[in-house]
Amino acid sequence: MTVRDLITDLQLNPLVEGDLGRAVTGGYSGDLLSWVMGRAKAGDAWFSVMGNVNAVAVCVLADVACLVLCENAALDEAARARAELENVTVLRSNDTAYALAAALSKRLERIV
Amino acid sequence: MQMVCTVATRYEVNNLKLHYDVSGDDFTRAGEASGAIKATLKRLGFPADVIRRVAIAMYEGEINMVIHADGGVADVEIEPDLIVITLTDRGPGIPDVEKAMQEGFSTAPETVRNLGFGAGMGLPNIKRYTDTLTIDTEIGKGTCIRMTIAVPA
Ligand SMILES: Nc1ncnc2c1ncn2[C@@H]1O[C@H](COP(=O)(O)OP(=O)(O)OP(=O)(O)O)[C@@H](O)[C@H]1O
Ligand SMILES: [Mg+2]
Repeated sequence: MTVRDLITDLQLNPLVEGDLGRAVTGGYSGDLLSWVMGRAKAGDAWFSVMGNVNAVAVCVLADVACLVLCENAALDEAARARAELENVTVLRSNDTAYALAAALSKRLERIV
Repeated sequence: MQMVCTVATRYEVNNLKLHYDVSGDDFTRAGEASGAIKATLKRLGFPADVIRRVAIAMYEGEINMVIHADGGVADVEIEPDLIVITLTDRGPGIPDVEKAMQEGFSTAPETVRNLGFGAGMGLPNIKRYTDTLTIDTEIGKGTCIRMTIAVPA
């Protein structure tokens, strides 16, 4: 599935649109940045409440498909600007990381 | 952060040397040096997996210099088969390297923990993503971290 599919299927609100055609191959949930860099895989959708500029840097370096801000967590202005500059997709939802990850998992299972 | 790039290329990718000053006062900007290296490696056509490992390992080292050592310098050497990253600071040094290498050990202050740092996973991540890692450190003098990543043929 692509990031675009993810937006539709999980009813996400796009805050910054990067490469929406990019494939989403898995998911990772967490807010501690080094934990994410150590454990998330390239192509994952990253579920977090961390909407700061460092989180955007982690998206770039860890090469995740997108950042999904859960439970309506805020994306601060510096982070939005950096995401636009770096072509990082940032999405948002009312739902919890648990609900979103479970939904993604179901979709990916269906595809495989 | 100031970028001073000395490009000493004789052949295409051979012996490319890059130097960055990593400022200690603004860690929202940390990641610029690793971001620049990532872009350079991409342009040079290195494999995506190698680029990702270099970018993460270097970012962890860079952010450590900003949070724990008030900044420093980063030197990166790019060869077709090997990438060498050297991070040097004049910070407080690391009293117990073995302890610092353990997952979960962190002395990061509350202010940076609120931003998502301080999991005590940075050095373990560097270890995980590099082929060699050496840490030279002296209390009150500073720390020099050298890491290499081999590029599979
Ligand atoms: N350049 C440095 N100068 C001085 N101390 C350092 C340096 N780098 C690391 N340390 C020490 O080693 C500890 C562990 O570093 P590590 O990167 O693993 O975790 P962290 O930076 O505390 O948290 P995280 O990287 O998960 O955000 C740090 O908390 C700090 O005490
Ligand atoms: Mg660290």
